Order: sequence, then structure tokens, then C-alpha cells
Amino acid sequence: MDLSAINPVLLVASLMVAATPLLLAAIGELVVERSGVLNLGVEGMMITGAIAGFAVSVETGSPYVGVLAAAVAGAALSFLFAFLTQFALANQVASGLALTLFGLGLSALMGQGYVGIRPPAMTRLDIPVLSDLPVVGPILFGHDPILYFGLLLTAAVWAFLKFTRGGLILRAVGENHDAAHALGYSVIRVRVLAILFGGACAGVGGAYISLIRVPQWTEGMTAGIGWIALALVVFASWKPWRVLLGAYLFGGINVLQLNLQAAGVAIPVEYLAMSPYLITILVLVIMSADKSGAPASLGRSFHASQ
Amino acid sequence: MIVLEKRPEPSRLLSMSTPVFAVIVTMIAGGLLFAALGKNPFEAIRTIFWDPLFGEYAFYYRPQLLVKGAPLVLIAIGLSLGFRAGIWNIGAEGQYIMGAICGAAAGLALYPSESVLIFPLMVLAGALGGWIWAMIPALLKVKFGTNEILVSLMLVYVAEQLLASMSLGLLKNPQGFGFPGSRNIAEWEAANSWIAQDYGMHWGVVAAMIAVIMAYVLLNKHILGFNIRLTGEARRAARFAGVNPTRLILFCLGTSGMLAGLAGLFEVAGPSGQVSIDFNVGYGFTAIIVAFLGRLHPVGILLAGLLMALTYIGGDIAESQMGLPASAIQVFQGMLLFFLLALDLLTNYRVKLAMKGTA
Repeated sequence: MDLSAINPVLLVASLMVAATPLLLAAIGELVVERSGVLNLGVEGMMITGAIAGFAVSVETGSPYVGVLAAAVAGAALSFLFAFLTQFALANQVASGLALTLFGLGLSALMGQGYVGIRPPAMTRLDIPVLSDLPVVGPILFGHDPILYFGLLLTAAVWAFLKFTRGGLILRAVGENHDAAHALGYSVIRVRVLAILFGGACAGVGGAYISLIRVPQWTEGMTAGIGWIALALVVFASWKPWRVLLGAYLFGGINVLQLNLQAAGVAIPVEYLAMSPYLITILVLVIMSADKSGAPASLGRSFHASQ
Repeated sequence: MIVLEKRPEPSRLLSMSTPVFAVIVTMIAGGLLFAALGKNPFEAIRTIFWDPLFGEYAFYYRPQLLVKGAPLVLIAIGLSLGFRAGIWNIGAEGQYIMGAICGAAAGLALYPSESVLIFPLMVLAGALGGWIWAMIPALLKVKFGTNEILVSLMLVYVAEQLLASMSLGLLKNPQGFGFPGSRNIAEWEAANSWIAQDYGMHWGVVAAMIAVIMAYVLLNKHILGFNIRLTGEARRAARFAGVNPTRLILFCLGTSGMLAGLAGLFEVAGPSGQVSIDFNVGYGFTAIIVAFLGRLHPVGILLAGLLMALTYIGGDIAESQMGLPASAIQVFQGMLLFFLLALDLLTNYRVKLAMKGTA
């Protein structure tokens, strides 16, 4: 075992990379849940985004077009969920599970021809002086654009929910859909838009895994990150900045356990690999005492006749 | 303009017939999918749904129906109890793995004894393993109010890692020339779960049948079953009627975990034969579809489980004969749940045409 092989600067830099897919998926789901909808299909949308982004990048040669395609694919899949829960008024838990099961199958089917290929790389940010700085350079100025996009998106979602009229309407719909309906807001329209946004975010998060984090395609490669993103929203008490904090925390744990695996710690690999899931459970237990942040209409169907 | 009008009560007739409609619609959509993959859709549907039952080699495939159907029915029966009461155990896959690990470990510890007590001991250990794994989310839910969906699901990934660790470490066959995986339990006379291998009969099939009957009696004749149904349909009313939600959560999650654990044990001691890294094939997740497709009703689940088993077997045949990718069947199964949920709209609402502006 050689712990000195772990470079703290690289650790922080790779922590940010590991956290980004979680952050993207969780910030999307946060908006969905703030509108009063519980979409358990994050894992399915992420993996679909992962293969859609990967396939389009390989075919077009441009990772940016790929990321865009991943957003479209995630949103398209989430539209199925929106249709089921908002128009057909199906149970949200069951519909979300259906989305995940379907997405896992669909991605495996789409990804058959793409195993073992390397996708085109995304250029990293390279600012002449800043990126070459020791310590600060690789941590702050040496990443791919999507990572910065994730941070910007977090800020944008925060500002949207806090300062804009649209954000207020979205929160009203999530807290009390009957009151929002009585005020003349279209509950269904707001929720469908939120679901589509969440789907697009999850899709981009998935593409980040297959295009940048790993980067290659393997079946089921999201390995529960979508579910951890769901737990992260609970952890964050439905607040955007806390999602960021949580994502970096989980990213850190994951990177650390991978580093420990590589450094040859005396703990068997399998037990290190289960640590992110166990820590998620632990965090859920700690956070579940406080449910005050949860939108009051979360998970309830809305139909104007009721 | 189409408007929906809530039915005072869900239509019973439609509730029973929507699964059939969903299967038909899925066959059509699946046919289109297969056509898009460049396969003849009619041939594909026939290969999946007809050949395993009545084709030339049906004598070989029919027993498989029991082998693949038993774990699905066993797990889905357990899940349906919780689903009815709004308790969502979606980590059955993990409980299935733990049942297999614990059951196999209990047996292998006594290898190569030929005592008649070995198999009953393994059954007990398997049930206990699944039960304990499900009690984790159950206890966290009743103690701290933690979301059981996320915890039970996280434990699937933990169980998968444990399975890898076991098949490479503790349970590895000492005479296996270093290959991963345990000793072959199916070849061990005192410990295998087969009753009549040629007919696909193993103790899991018996257990599944008993579970169907017990669940039917429980839900229709017993106060506990009534409380489960009451909680699902009117939570507040159930509280006023004195239903203890804590006990209900412990019972529903515990029972579903136990049944999933049993399914895992019967699988590892029979059809699968050994604890290995890729021992689990997703029965725990497919069972969720089975439970919904069977309308959370024991008899419905029995039929739905057999149908799902058919798609597994037919999918295998289509894969080897037509080159249909295995994942196409997974998509097919996912679509089935989608269409079922969408068609449920008709059970709960009347669809009416209305002039715009009259309301």
C-alpha cells in the first residue's frame, strides 16, 4: 500500500469530474421535484443519454453535437413519463420504474455496435497562463466545458427558483397544485416542462459519463448514479447549492475509493466499491429526520376534476 | 376536445382486461421494433410466443417455463403485498442475491455431507438472508422515516458487490482450479433443489404455488390482508381503523424479502447451480413488471409470471435462431409496463368527447 501515490491536486480535479454527472442529473431532478413530480426514471434517462450522446458523437465526430443529442434523448424519454403521469394520470412511482427498466433495455439495444470504441475527445479549457498555474490551474482552469456548464446551470436554477416569476409559479405548483390551478396557472404545462428539463439534464449527465468520465460505452455503465442523484436531492433538502455540495461530496468519496483501490489498500476491492452506496444510505438516514424542505404536493397526481 | 371524467369506481371489467390489451399493443409495438432491427416481425413474435409452447422443440422449452416462471412469481407475490399498501420494495434483486449467498453458504459449510437436513437448512438460511436484507430498509423506514425505495435499491448494488466478493473469495470452489464461482450445488445430491429436472420441477415451483395460495387467502380472508388493502386505498381511514403502519411496513418488506431470498436459494441450488459473479439475471426487477401486469392479484401474478417467463425463453430462441439481440426482449418487457400504465387510464377514467367551451 502506498498512500503517497495519491496526488491531492489530481484528486480534487478528478473529484470535480466524478461529481459532474451527479450534479447534472440531480439539479434536473430537483426542478422536477420542486414542481411536485417524483420521477424515479433518472437512471433510465441517464443511460439513454449516455448511449445517445456516445453514438452521435462517434457518428458526427463532434462531442458537442453528441451532448446535444443526449439532452434530446433524455427529454424524449422523459416525455413518455410526462405523458403517463400528467395525461394518463398513472402512478408516478410505477411510471418512473418503467422508465428506468425501459431505458436500460433501450440503451443496451442501441449500444450494441459501439462497444470498445473511443469517442472523439472534448477539448479542455486552456487559458494560457491560468491553466498552467500549479495547484489552482488543474483544479479551476483545466476542465472540459460541460463541467463548467454544470456549475452555471446550478447557479441558473438557483436564480430561476429564487428570483423569477417562472420560478415562483413552479414552486407554487409544487407546493399546492390546487391553489396554483385556482390562480389560473396551468399545472400540467408547468410540470411537463419541468419533466422535460429534468430529462434533458439527466441525458447530458449520462453523456458526460460515456464521453468524458470513462470515456467509452459499456452496458449499464451508469451503475446506479441516477439513483444516487435522486438521493442527493433529498440530501440537499431540495436546495440547488446543497445539491452542488452533495455532488462534490459523493464525487469525492467515489474518487477516493477508486484511488484507494489503485493504491492497494488492504480492504478488498468489492468492499471499497460498495462504499458510495452505503454512504448514500447513511446520508439518507441522517437527512430523513428533516422533511420540511419537501414540496408539499410531491408525488401527487393532478386532475382538474378533483 | 377529449376530456376525462373520473369513474366513481374503477371499472372491474377493464381492470381485468387491460393487461391483455397491453400485451396485444406491446406485440404490435414490439413487432415494429423488430422490423426496425431488420427482422421479420411476424416470425419474431411467433418465435417468442408460439414456438416455446407448440413449436417443434417445445418438449424442451416447456419445462423452462416452470424454471423461469417460479422465481418471477415468487418474488412478484411478495412485492405485490407491499405495492398494494404503498410500500415500495424495489430492491428484490438484492434480496434474491442475499438469499442465494446465505442459502448456498449454509449448505457449502457442511459439504460433502449427505444428511437429509442439509436442504431444509439451506432453505431456512436463504429465507433468512433475503429477510434480513429487506429488514434494513424496513427498520430504517420505521425508525427514521427513510425512503425505502432508495435504500432498498442501493442495497442491490451492495449485494452485487458482496456476490462478487463471495464468488471470488469465501465461497470459491477449492477444487475449481482457481476459476471464480462456488462448488456446483446442483450436482450435490443432498442439497440440490430439483424434484424432477426433466420436467423443470424444483422446490421453487412448489414454493411459488404455495405463495400464490397463501397470498390469495391472506388478501381475501385474513384481517392482515384487509389492512394491507385498506392502507393502500385510504391511508387515513386505515389509521382511524387502528391499523399499525409500522407493523405493516415490517410485514410487507419482510415477507417480500423472504420470498425473494427463497427464490434466490432455489435458483442457486438448482437451475443455476453455483454462486457466480453473473448469477443474477434481473428477475428481481422483472418481477416488478410481473406484479403490475398481474394487477397485484395472486392469480394474475401467476399468469403474468408465466407470460414473462415465455418472453425470456422465446427471447433466447429468437436470439439464437434469428439473431435478435437479447436487449430487444428487455425493451419489449419495459414497453409492456408502459402500455399497461397508459391503458390503466381507461380503468379509472371515462374518455369523452366534448365541444370546446361547453364546460
